[in-house]
Amino acid sequence: MIDVLAAVCLLGGSFLSFAAGMGLTRFPDLLSRMHTATKPQVLGLLLMMVGLALRLGNGPILSMLVLVALFQMLTSPVDAHMVARAGYRTGKVRNDLLVVDELTRDLEAARAAAGEQEDDAEPDDEEPAAGT
Amino acid sequence: MSLDPFGVVVVVCAGLLTATALMALLRAERGPSMLDRTIALDILASTIVGAIALEAAWSRRIDTVPILVVLALVGFVGSVTIARFASVEPEGEGRILTREEIAAQESARLAAEDAERVSTDPEDHGGGAQGEVKE
Repeated sequence: MIDVLAAVCLLGGSFLSFAAGMGLTRFPDLLSRMHTATKPQVLGLLLMMVGLALRLGNGPILSMLVLVALFQMLTSPVDAHMVARAGYRTGKVRNDLLVVDELTRDLEAARAAAGEQEDDAEPDDEEPAAGT
Repeated sequence: MSLDPFGVVVVVCAGLLTATALMALLRAERGPSMLDRTIALDILASTIVGAIALEAAWSRRIDTVPILVVLALVGFVGSVTIARFASVEPEGEGRILTREEIAAQESARLAAEDAERVSTDPEDHGGGAQGEVKE
């Protein structure tokens, strides 16, 4: 019974991983590929960890598996954030594929406001406030 | 060799993970920009974690679990580093040159080197070093 659950978890995890690879190959631009690299991949890895934990039974090794899942959930958003920020700043985001682009709108609004405030100020660099 | 039902599941999972790894490698080879390649390598690292976990689940061994922890920790360092130093790449820079293009570039470079050596070195009378050095 436990083994059946473990098998289902492993299969689900592998399938989500496969979906991530498929999206990586077929999606058109950087942001959508990044989406596949974070969401299905992390969920698939979590499912595989659950399957492995069910298969190994209880013991001190389970804390290590929890650690793996924790690290994955901790590092994946950092990774995605950095890649997205670098991609936006170096112009690899395809604007024609975006449904809504609040960052560009806000940046333009901020730039216009700054320009009104002090006219003689030099125009700032590209994106002064995109991320941290 | 006959497989128990769990063995069949493991084989199917291994096939899916192999396909994922191959597609990630395809994207890493083809990806137009450096960031696409880092994403692909990220997915490849996660796939390796999944494969090791699958093997551990198949043979019920626990000595490979520390490898999972290490891979989950350091897997993202590469992409974060590259993303930190990403810059605007010129168009066409992110593809692998064909053999002919490399040969053309290489011969142009060699010709330029030769021309520079002839024009700057008064001792150069053409041709490389001949004979052998004795110790």
